[in-house]
Amino acid sequence: MKLITVAGPPSSGKTSVILKLIECMGLPKGSVGVVKFDCLTSFDNLRYREADIPIQTGFSGKICPDHYFVSNIDDAVQWGMKSGFQMLITESAGLCNRCSPYINGIFSICVIDNLSGANTPRKIGPLLKLADVVVVTKGDIVSQAEREVFAFNIKQVNALAKVIFINGITGQGSFLLSKHLQQARDIHTLRDMKLRFTTPAAVCSYCTGETRIGDSHQMGMMKKMEFKEL
Amino acid sequence: MIRQDFITLATDLSIEDLLLEYPIAADFLANLRLDSIPKQLSLSQALEEVDEGILQEFGLDRFGVLRSFCEFMETFTPAEVSPHAVSSLTIIGGLNKSGEPEKISLTIFCGEIISIVGPTGSGKSRLLNDIECLAQGDTPTGRRVLVNGAELDDLQRFEMDGKLVAQLSQNMNFVMDLTVREFLEMHAKSRLTINAEQVVEKCFLCANELAGEKFLPDTKITQLSGGQSRALMIADTAYMSNSPIVLIDEIENAGIDRRQAIELLAKREKIIFVSTHDPLLALSADKRMVIKNGGIIKVMDISDTEKQSLQAIEELDNTMQILRNRLRDGAQITLDLLKS
Repeated sequence: MKLITVAGPPSSGKTSVILKLIECMGLPKGSVGVVKFDCLTSFDNLRYREADIPIQTGFSGKICPDHYFVSNIDDAVQWGMKSGFQMLITESAGLCNRCSPYINGIFSICVIDNLSGANTPRKIGPLLKLADVVVVTKGDIVSQAEREVFAFNIKQVNALAKVIFINGITGQGSFLLSKHLQQARDIHTLRDMKLRFTTPAAVCSYCTGETRIGDSHQMGMMKKMEFKEL
Repeated sequence: MIRQDFITLATDLSIEDLLLEYPIAADFLANLRLDSIPKQLSLSQALEEVDEGILQEFGLDRFGVLRSFCEFMETFTPAEVSPHAVSSLTIIGGLNKSGEPEKISLTIFCGEIISIVGPTGSGKSRLLNDIECLAQGDTPTGRRVLVNGAELDDLQRFEMDGKLVAQLSQNMNFVMDLTVREFLEMHAKSRLTINAEQVVEKCFLCANELAGEKFLPDTKITQLSGGQSRALMIADTAYMSNSPIVLIDEIENAGIDRRQAIELLAKREKIIFVSTHDPLLALSADKRMVIKNGGIIKVMDISDTEKQSLQAIEELDNTMQILRNRLRDGAQITLDLLKS
């Protein structure tokens, strides 16, 4: 089974890109499954069901989404194997610009949208920096110049990435993405494989439910801001 | 220069000198929050003084920073010969929606304008898709698109990196909060344009020539009218974008000299496809492709009769323009105006 990880900020168009991609690959019905890692609620499962695509949704809730991803991803792979998929696609929302649900040797796609601001690619971090392919959506409603500036800013952070513009509504561009996926390799398990980047570190009192503010309530791993005197 | 050569920039040159010679390196430092490292040192020396913790936040160690630096510099050093040089494009027919073959093989050269006509849903976007991804018989239409007469392998297709085709459509807007000048400068920078200032100036003058109503370099791009926006987009595509192919999806009538706009693009040695149902545009093209039921049914040369009628169409168009301008100025429309 091939595993593809797709990540990107909320509402960047991940689900639309995946749906168009699956449509474009033309694999037999039921041979591509999706696992959606979300935070609190999700309505994307409806869109997958509508397209007759097997879908599992998990909610990280109070856990950091990246920690949740890494502790469940191999189970997702086992689910996919058991279901007899040829391909499993995981979709996860990067919420803090620090997320990076990518695994060494596993094909990874970052989806960002052209409306999110020209400098956004330079702020996103590992989510963008470590992806194999960066898909840019909503490029059909901005000028050519803005698309080019956006692609330039992506290259600034991830010089080696392939940048593909996809129209999530018409699917324009998804064909080229499907060609790239041919490089994805077959796997049976992820055991002992490694994440491309560490997950956000956090074992502090607030992780375990503390809500009170002040030094005396802060324990564990903290990072303090430096305030310079004016 | 190959990637390894860039390492000498990081070891032998002070950051000060590096920034003088390669201003874009400042972006590399800013992206890693390294803008305030000591500039009199070389990058590799300066990195010794940087807190390793900050680098780790970016998933890098000192060596990783140097490696990324080389990749960055390689990516943003303009190639001497453009890898995307396209002098011709050949479209070899595939199948229409009913599976019947399109009997067609058309070669288009730089500077040529092809109009694409056909009813909504006839397959115009499928054709534009095939061109954009340089179909090699592997898309639903089965068409093949050759560049400079040759087929491309997947690797070459990937290398195009979305730079082959520039697009221009009625739905496009500017979304950045910048003035016209800032916007053009930003685009010039991203294109690694050498004479940025001159190109920006040229672009601005040209956009103003195309636009019905003039605008200033200090105008915010988001405040431009539809026609002005389109004019700026076209001038920008002509002078700054280095994509050899331009796909135009219907340009509106108001506020822009659309024929002049398309001729401008052709003069810049681009291959132009215009999807349109505007007679003026369709007849100003060199050839016209007719699409029906997902297939190209014919390619027409513009006949002499059509060329003759072009003049009459132009007069009609001018009359409409006069009427629009009168409306704008608060004047009355009279029958006499239509007769002239």
